[in-house]
Amino acid sequence: MQPLKRMLWPQLARGLFGKPVTDPAPLVPDGVVQALRDRLEESAQARLGRSLSIRQVDCGSCNGCELEINALQNVVYDLERFGLRFVASPRHADVLLVTGPLTRNMQEALLRTRDCTPEPCFIVAAGDCAVDGGVFRGSYAVLGGIGEAVPVDLVIPGCPPTPAQLLEGLLALLEAQVPAKPRQAGAG
Amino acid sequence: MSLPDLLRRGSPQDCRPVPRFLLTRPQWGALAEDLAREDSTDLLGLWADPGMVHAALWAEGAPHLVSCPAPDGRYPALSPARPGAVRLERMIHDLWGHVAEGAVDLRPWLDHGRWPSIAPLSTRPGPAPYPVPQPVFLAVEGEGVHQIPVGPVHAGIIEPGHFRFHVQGETVARLEERLGYLHKGHIGLMLGKPVRVAAKFGARLSGDSTVAHAWAFSMAVEQALEVQPSPRAAALRGVMAELERLHNHLNDWGFVCNDAAFAFPHARAGALREAVLRACAAAFGHRLMMDRVVPGGVTDDLTPAGAAAILAALEVVEAAIPALVSIYEGHASLQDRVVGTGIVAPALVARFAAGGHVGRASGRGFDARAAAPYAPYDTVPPVVPVLTQGDVDARVRIRIAELGEAIRLVRALLAALPEGELQRALPQRAGEGIGMVEGFRGDCLHWVALDDGGLVRAAFPRDPSWLQWPLLEAAIEGNIVADFPLCNKSFNCSYSGVDL
Repeated sequence: MQPLKRMLWPQLARGLFGKPVTDPAPLVPDGVVQALRDRLEESAQARLGRSLSIRQVDCGSCNGCELEINALQNVVYDLERFGLRFVASPRHADVLLVTGPLTRNMQEALLRTRDCTPEPCFIVAAGDCAVDGGVFRGSYAVLGGIGEAVPVDLVIPGCPPTPAQLLEGLLALLEAQVPAKPRQAGAG
Repeated sequence: MSLPDLLRRGSPQDCRPVPRFLLTRPQWGALAEDLAREDSTDLLGLWADPGMVHAALWAEGAPHLVSCPAPDGRYPALSPARPGAVRLERMIHDLWGHVAEGAVDLRPWLDHGRWPSIAPLSTRPGPAPYPVPQPVFLAVEGEGVHQIPVGPVHAGIIEPGHFRFHVQGETVARLEERLGYLHKGHIGLMLGKPVRVAAKFGARLSGDSTVAHAWAFSMAVEQALEVQPSPRAAALRGVMAELERLHNHLNDWGFVCNDAAFAFPHARAGALREAVLRACAAAFGHRLMMDRVVPGGVTDDLTPAGAAAILAALEVVEAAIPALVSIYEGHASLQDRVVGTGIVAPALVARFAAGGHVGRASGRGFDARAAAPYAPYDTVPPVVPVLTQGDVDARVRIRIAELGEAIRLVRALLAALPEGELQRALPQRAGEGIGMVEGFRGDCLHWVALDDGGLVRAAFPRDPSWLQWPLLEAAIEGNIVADFPLCNKSFNCSYSGVDL
């Protein structure tokens, strides 16, 4: 017989009654929200409500950004509690979260992914490379930032951006969709 | 002619820690024949510069470097003797334009026909093809064979690459990988840069191995310039490299379980990994410890509270491992998916000289920390686990064993952290060197040549994945398509690392 603490069910039960390991949500700077809100149309708010489906596209990252984006899904950051979730197809996505300096070899794949994403499609450039090519700017093999191929709605700089910074950026996108009227007290 | 005889006839070039032997073309041809006859010599790497092709070999417990001039852009191929050379020869052709005569495969590799020119690193880059050529895949014949194209954009949050499956029923008859989507022109960007600037590209070859690659690049530069990092810098590098191993192995272990739809270990391993990354951020100011290792030493000392943060995280991880192992072993639904899946035969691993957990799960016990010891591992040697089953489970178990070993090494290094400066000054002069560092994936090999002003004249970073990716094709053969994610995650090869 195994000791109890090495078995799955006792651990799961402890998880049910114990304190959550999830971090509290980060505060989103107002300026970011305001800027985004201005750019989003009423129709987008009506259609999406307070949830966003995200499709991640790596366009040349060193995989550092992917590590941190993956970390967003762990139990500590728990992205889904905010109504944000990663989806497996661009056809299900509201947001393309794009990393990397946009290599020439990935340009067509990005454009095709964009074409598969229904409107309104928000494009978030995550990481210094995605913003302007980062250290890879000027190479024969990169175009130098996601904005070279598709219009970018939000940039999240960092090399790589931490999960907290990514969460802050994505939350700002979500907050910006709530119609600009006084929020009810206590509403999350 | 044996390798030692061949080397004696070559002309030794100034490279450290071992000279690079310049062979004539007939001698290089003899080397290819010798490799075909002799199994004991491993091909670790193959690369080029505008006028020459270079190879790194491993024989009798030591590295050997050889070069072959290619003034007319041709050199005798090594791929008939060493299958690991196939993609490297294709890469050399795409970047420098040199043609491997008698090569097994001459199809393009990194060049998808979308760059402004062909052979961008050669002295005379040519015009790009128009229209963009379609990729050609190896054919499979048989009744009911169909193809499944996957990627470059995948369903998960992973790097881009194209997998072409030829499937008969549920069974994979052949998988062929097509990579290169992440080609950023690493080598071209490093040329002509001071070593501190070039180190940034070393650190961004593969983000999950940023410490190992930055260290291997720094080691090559330090060898070239005959600078020894201080004992403190070496120990701090060791701490960072082991923490990197720890967080990656935790991540991959969790993901293997998740790919078998067993969520608990994934959730638990993710939380443990987060604890390690936060300790890294507290101790070194960056979660992945990027740009902390530089030629000459390290940029930052451990923060005052750093050691305590690391030790606290290690304690949490260590305490959780036995329960995770027990859950991993104790559930038939999980064991059924991993045991006997994706087997790579030891003979194949040996032929490719694959390192890391891929090699060690199939009987090849090569570990750069033990095979070519460097500070600080000369004082705290690692215990290298080796298994022979070669399946997904064996690769996971190698990683589990290395988790414990990484924890032990970090503790040993922190307990006896020597005093000393963080960085030593680098002279600005010419030199050439190689560095090999064991990352979590395997041996990261960097070669660098500096010009008279101390700027990078030529460089090549060889990620361990070069020699592991082809084995994934072998691992999945005869398995079902649904087991591909398990096999892929148990390897976890780097896309960015080989796309350069």
